[in-house]
This record gives sequence, structure tokens and C-alpha cells, in this order.
Amino acid sequence: MSRLGNLGARLYRGEVGYDFIRNRKIWYGVSILITITAIIGVAVGGLRLGIEFEGGAVFTTDTKAKISTAQATDVATEASGHQAIVQELGNGGLRIQITEVGTAKANEIKETLSDELGIPANDINADLVGPSWGEQIANKAWTGLVVFMILVVIYLAIAFEWRMAVAALIALIHDITITVGVYALVGFEVTPGTVIGLLTILGYSLYDTVVVFDSLKEGQKDITKQTRFTYSEIANRSINSTLVRSINTTVVALLPVAGLLFIGGGVLGAGMLNDISLSLFVGLAAGAYSSIFIATPLVADLKEREPQMKALKKRILAKRAAAAAKGESPDEGPEDRRDDGSPDAETAGTVIGRPRSHGRTPGKR
Amino acid sequence: MAAPKKGRGPSGGQGRPGRALALILIAMVALTGGMFLSGHTTPRLGIDLAGGTSITLEAQNQPGKPNAINKTNMDTAVGIIERRVNGLGVSEAEVQTQGRENIIVNIPKGTNSKQAQEQVGTTAQLYFRPVLTVQASGPEAPKPSGSATPSGSATPKPGESAEGEDKPDAEEATGSQATPSASATTQGRAVTGALTKDDPTPGASDKPKPSDSPEASPSADPATAKLQEEFAKLDCTDPKQRSEAGQNAKPTDSIVACGSNVPGSYEKYVLGPAEVSGSDVDDAKGAIEQQTGEWIVSMEFTSKGAKKFQTITSRLSQQQPPMNQFAIVLDGEVVSAPSVRTALSKNAQISGSFDQQSAEDLGNILSYGALPLTFEEVSVTTVTAALGSDQLRGGLIAGAVGLALVIIYLVAYYRGLAFIALLSLLVSGVLTYTIMSLLGPAIGFALNLPAVCGAIVAIGITADSFIVYFERVRDEIREGRTLRPAIERAWPRARRTILVSDFVSFLAAAVLFVVTVGKVQGFAFTLGLTTLLDVVVVFLFTKPLMTLMGRTKFFSKGGPWSGLDPKRLGAQPPLRRSRRVNAPTEPKEA
Repeated sequence: MSRLGNLGARLYRGEVGYDFIRNRKIWYGVSILITITAIIGVAVGGLRLGIEFEGGAVFTTDTKAKISTAQATDVATEASGHQAIVQELGNGGLRIQITEVGTAKANEIKETLSDELGIPANDINADLVGPSWGEQIANKAWTGLVVFMILVVIYLAIAFEWRMAVAALIALIHDITITVGVYALVGFEVTPGTVIGLLTILGYSLYDTVVVFDSLKEGQKDITKQTRFTYSEIANRSINSTLVRSINTTVVALLPVAGLLFIGGGVLGAGMLNDISLSLFVGLAAGAYSSIFIATPLVADLKEREPQMKALKKRILAKRAAAAAKGESPDEGPEDRRDDGSPDAETAGTVIGRPRSHGRTPGKR
Repeated sequence: MAAPKKGRGPSGGQGRPGRALALILIAMVALTGGMFLSGHTTPRLGIDLAGGTSITLEAQNQPGKPNAINKTNMDTAVGIIERRVNGLGVSEAEVQTQGRENIIVNIPKGTNSKQAQEQVGTTAQLYFRPVLTVQASGPEAPKPSGSATPSGSATPKPGESAEGEDKPDAEEATGSQATPSASATTQGRAVTGALTKDDPTPGASDKPKPSDSPEASPSADPATAKLQEEFAKLDCTDPKQRSEAGQNAKPTDSIVACGSNVPGSYEKYVLGPAEVSGSDVDDAKGAIEQQTGEWIVSMEFTSKGAKKFQTITSRLSQQQPPMNQFAIVLDGEVVSAPSVRTALSKNAQISGSFDQQSAEDLGNILSYGALPLTFEEVSVTTVTAALGSDQLRGGLIAGAVGLALVIIYLVAYYRGLAFIALLSLLVSGVLTYTIMSLLGPAIGFALNLPAVCGAIVAIGITADSFIVYFERVRDEIREGRTLRPAIERAWPRARRTILVSDFVSFLAAAVLFVVTVGKVQGFAFTLGLTTLLDVVVVFLFTKPLMTLMGRTKFFSKGGPWSGLDPKRLGAQPPLRRSRRVNAPTEPKEA
């Protein structure tokens, strides 16, 4: 029974499973803690903005310069009047970064560098950015973010219901906050590539969430006509039955990104590929986590506030209490294999599973 | 819940999987054929992959003109910048608007990007200013001496012509409302035209020509004195001085400016305050003058402009040369300085030594040069061809690595089903590639590095759709169904999940594409395209193929390598159902 396929089957039938809903407060706590850390990180440390956001010039050479890195720093600093940052790249070339220079000045600096480094000006890559450009990119990214959030909430509210839309939105904000926080805490440089990655998380983070919600929507149909499961239990079951899918989609989404990260970071050195994939990687991981541990439990929380669901829960608990008093299991339904309802008066979320699998996690894969 | 309460979905293409497959096959063949026919067998590469310079301009808000940044103005600006950049012999430079207020200029590798950048960066504002003084300009230009006159130019001397003073009278404004096409300038034109051609090295002579002097300009207040000093210092053969002259001047000030009638020769001017602005020109174009068959530039002014033009021309026509000229000043540079013979109004013609090119150019400048916009260079990226190909290679390797990892994972987990996923990915890849190649010539789509990233990330999105479907099929098998009913029952539900999640992905891509600019846009475009193709592929390829495969022995037997082995999947027949399927080799219809 240790094989993956079987585990998938048992998860699907609810024979094994982790009670995501009952333990939701733990995960909420974890998330709040991470989010607060992220916010503090951004507030205290701030983000290390790349040259693209602050304005300035980046020159990169493909070939080895005839002078040392330290000398190149002096040359660039002198030519620009600002402190230059010079890094050596994997291919022996140099990356020279100078802040606060205009595009006209940058051309002069390029000529000077060309002379001093012994590299023809045509073989020097230059990236000159005016300060307003980065601001514009950032502003437009924010606009895009807000417009997307509004549209997606409207769409999810229509396709599913507003509670799910709200939960998905909270999960999304959660993912983005965490990603930004990681950047602040670790001190990665934020570039337009990072922003691209961050914005891509928008669609991706929701992918898993939508898969779970879809299953949940199916499960909650005719919920009031039965007296065996509370909403939370159904929600929990939805998560567990789609767990394999969520894990697989996340892994498959992460693999190409990992390829990008490996090639971008390992082979090409710093660059756009690296920046996009890094933020994507962090965001996707956060997205997979939040769709399971945050979004769906939030929906359950919201749903349980409904009078209908409250009444349902009351009925179910009463029924279970009666059954427990009689000492028999009332739950042998026509379609389901659940043997035991595991009555739990404390929380609505009950472990879905046979007694032997109570509280057991699916295990590492 | 575990058991589906719905019946089999209404469609799903179960009956005609071949038709959908044929459809997508035809689409692939058509796209591939179209790609080869069009001759664009690879996607057009962006500057960051092919090498070159990319300049991003941002229109600046003008005080007092809140609505100046609009589509018409931006398109006009694109036209002018294109003309300027391509005027440098940069034939493949592309200029396009992006977003509301940005213009992207892409200059491919191998062209003089520095010069192009200078051209692009200048602002574009057109004014008509009266000429006060004109002089040839060279490195050792003499004190302000004088200027050509129509009569003087009729009897040219080599020494004089070497000073390049022919410029102002090389062109002459004529015509009026009453006789728009009448031309009385044949004489002067012919002579000056000859002069122009005889004039390779102006400014070489240091012989002063005493005909007019700067002191002739009105009033001698400090501003004028300063202007004279500037004028004396100005050396139009120095590109830096030339580009700086006349810049940032207020229309109401007198300015010094440079002009060039013949490539390599320059004249410098003292110009009075602007009296007509470019926006007063309604229309202008190069045309062939009916009677003489020569190229002229005809202008038409707006009613407001006509009044102003009448005022300036009626005054100038009374003046002595060179003060009977007005200069057409584009971005502080004199593009033409015709002399005025009579008062003109709504319609006017400039005649002179034009050929088709120069007449059309001046026509364009007059109609389009009047940009109410100034631009700022906000970003300039120069990528060497070496780095570009490095980045392209890096992207391709990353894509290959990512694809390989996904395939390994799929094979390990889904066994035989991975074959279907693989073929679907292949179809998706072919469609994406051909469409990208065709979009190059069609809409100017250029594959840049972020777009490559988008395509790589899309491998995951596409594969996710298959996973959703496969998992649903496996769920159905776990319910105890045999393969063929499982495939059909799983489809409607998987389809909905795929549509909803792809819609969300597409929404993100669409919003990004509309709202953002630059690199983000390229990324969003690829992501949106691949998401759309994902839906197409899943509906028209993966599902029909799955149906077909469900009929093969390999899959329906549910061997351990099919990925659909009921035993491995832990299929358990429903407890209270009569239809128990313990022998998977016996396919049963639901």
C-alpha cells in the first residue's frame, strides 16, 4: 500500500488524509507570521532596487578587459562622478553599474570605458535607464496587479461564488507579499525581470486554487440535502482528493522554472532569465502552499458562517451524538466508504478517514 | 464529492475523435506551410536576442496642453522619428508606439546606433521664423558678414559660392490664394539650383562678403548683443554645437540656428521670434508643378495660420535680402529658408532645387513636424550580437532542460499516459512556433528574452492541463469504471477545470499586455498565446487522442505501463453498485 498510485486512490476516497481544515488555525498562524516577517522585511530592510528602477547605466562586456576589476571600478567612477559597482561575470566579462547618470552622459562614459578597457565600443552592452522609466514600469505593474485582482474577483465570484473569490484574493495577496518579502529579506536585486515573474504568479498561483475550488464546488452541491458531512468536512475532502493533482501541477510548473533558474543563474550569470525564474520559483511555491492551506480553509470558514451551514452542522452533530450514544455508525452511506464519523463537538472539521488513519499525514513523497 | 452525480457530458467528441484530430492536423500543416511560403521560418528576434539598440521614448506632458498625448500625436511622432532614423540609412529600424505615451525605437545591429540615438532623442517642434542674418558656417567662420541675395546669386562667383551662402535663395516661396500654381521663380531657381550643386565645401573661405551685417537686425538691446555674440561663436560644422543651437528656445525669442542645404555644408542664422507654428500648417506635400514639371512643396494653412502667414509674408516681401526670408525651423534646425516675393495667405508653394525626395521630405516636415510633444529617452539598451546569441542559447537550453524534466516526471508518474502528454506538448510546440514565426511579418511580433521565458513557463501550464485531465480519468477508474467510460466521464469535469484555470491565466496575461509596457508586454503576449493554444490543444488533440488511445489494447488492458492500471490506482468497485469490475481486461460500457 505504499505505492503512490494507491496513496492517490486512498486520498481520493478519503481513506487517508490530513485534516487541513481542522488545523487551519495553525496554518493561518504560520502564514500570518510569514507575512508579518515579509512586511517587516520590506519596511525595515527595503527592497534592493536594480538600476532599472533608480536610473543609471549598466555596461557589460563579453570579453575580458585588459585592466583589472579594481581598475575598472576606478575608471568608471572617475568617468561618471558616481561610485561604480563592477562585477566579474562567468565568461570573464565585466558588469559595470553606475547609478544616477543620464543617457547622454552614459554615452560618454561608454567611450571612456571602451578606451580604458581595450574593448571596442560596439562590443560593450549598455543598458541606460532614466529614473522615470523604472517608476513607470513599477506603476504599470501595480496598475496591472490591481486591475487583475478586480477582474479575477469578479470572475471567480461569477464562476464560483464570492466567498471563494475573496479567499482566492487573500491567498493571492499572501503569495505576493511572501515573494516580495523574500526579496527584501534575502536582498535579491529587484529588476523588471523580477516584476515580470511576480506578475506571472498572478495567473499561476490561482491555478491550483481554482482546481481545488472546482472540486469543492462539485462537492458542495446538494450539501443541505444530506446530513453526513459538514461544509468543512467536504472542503477538507476536496483538498485531499485533489492533493495529488495539486502536487503534480505544482511540480510540473516548477520544473521548467527550475530549468530557467539553473541555466539563468548557473550558466549565463545574472540576467533576465535568472530574475524572472527566481521570483516565479518563490511565488509558485507560495502559491501551492496557499491554495491548500489558506484559500480553501478560508472558504470553509466563510461558508460555516452561513445560517444554512450552521443549521446543517447542528443537525449533523446531533445525529452523530445520537449515533455515538447508540454505539453504532450511522454513516454507512450508499456511495461512500466512510465507517466512522469521528464525532467532534469542538470543531466542525473532522478527520475524514477510518480510525486507523486518524491524524495521519499522507507522508512525504 | 467522490461520486459524480452528473451523467456523461453532452459532448466530448467521443464519437468523432478523428474529426478533431484531422482539424488540428490541418491547422498544423496549414500553419507550417504558410510559414515556409512566407519565407519566415524562424520567429523574428528582438533586440536583446539579435543584438542592436532599443530606445524607449516617453512623451512629456506639456504645460497648458493636457490632452496633447493622444493617439494621433503619437502616430505622427512615430512617422517623424521613423523618417529621421531611416533617413540615416538605417533601413530596418522599427519605430512603434507602446502603451499610451511610449515610443520604442529598435535599431538592429550593424547600424550607427549612436547617431540614430541622437536623431531619435531630439524633440520635434516646427516654427516659421523671419531670418535676420544668415551666414555660412565653418570652423573658422568670419565675423558676421552678410548673406546671399537673389540678385547676387544670379551672378555667382566661385569664392562666394564656396561660402555656401546660396542656401536661402535656393528656395523661394511663391504663390497665393488667387494663383496658387503660378510660378515666377524660374529664373532664380535655375541659377540657385546650379549654385547648390557647385557648392561642396562651404565655409572654406575666410573672405568676408560685405553685403549685410548683423547690426542690421532690429534694436541693439542686451539680448540682441548676446545673440550676436552667440552667433559669432556658433560653428555649425561641429555636430555638438549644431545640435545645441536653437534648442530649448522659447518661440517668442530670437535665436541662432544652423541649417544645411547640402550635405556637409552648413549655414548659420539669426532668426526672429516665431510667427507661425507648425500646427498652423494644415497640410503640405511635395508635388510636381504642372507648368514647369519641377518638384515643389505646396502648403496649405489653417485659417488662423493663413492670417499669420499673410502678416509675415506681406512684411517680408517688402524687406531687403536676406531679411525677406523666413526660416522653417524644425527642432531648432533650419530645414529650409525660402525668400518671399509677395504676400501669401492660405496656400503657398515653395519652389527651388527640389527633387522628389527633398520635396516630399520637406512636405512631411511641414505636415508632421509640428509635434506638440517632446520626448524623453527613458531607456536605451544596447546589446551586442554576442550577448544576444548567448541569451538566446541560454533560453533554448533552459527550455530544453525544463522540458526534459517535465517529461521525465510525467513518464515516471503517468507512464503510458506521458506519451499522450508528450504528443500534446509537441503539437502545442509546433503551433506556438509557427504562429510566432508568422506573427513576425504579420504584426511585428519579435521574440525577446522575456517572451522566451514565457514560452518556457508555458510548458508547465500546458502540462498542468493534461495532469488535470489524467487525474480525473484516474479518479473515474478508481470509482471502478473501465477505461473508455472513464475517459468520457472525466472529460466534462476536467474540461471545466481546465477552462476556468486557463481563463484565469489568460486574464492575467491580457491585463499585463494591456496595462504594461516594454519587456513585460512581450512576456504577457507569449503567455496569453500559449494559454489559448493550450485550450485548443487539450480540446482538439489531447481529448480525442485519449479517446482513440482508450480503444487500443495497450491502454484498455491497463497494464502497469499504461499509467491506468486499475490495481495500481487502487480501483475499488463501488460498494453498493451491481456493476463490479474486477477484471479490467474486460471493457464494459457504462
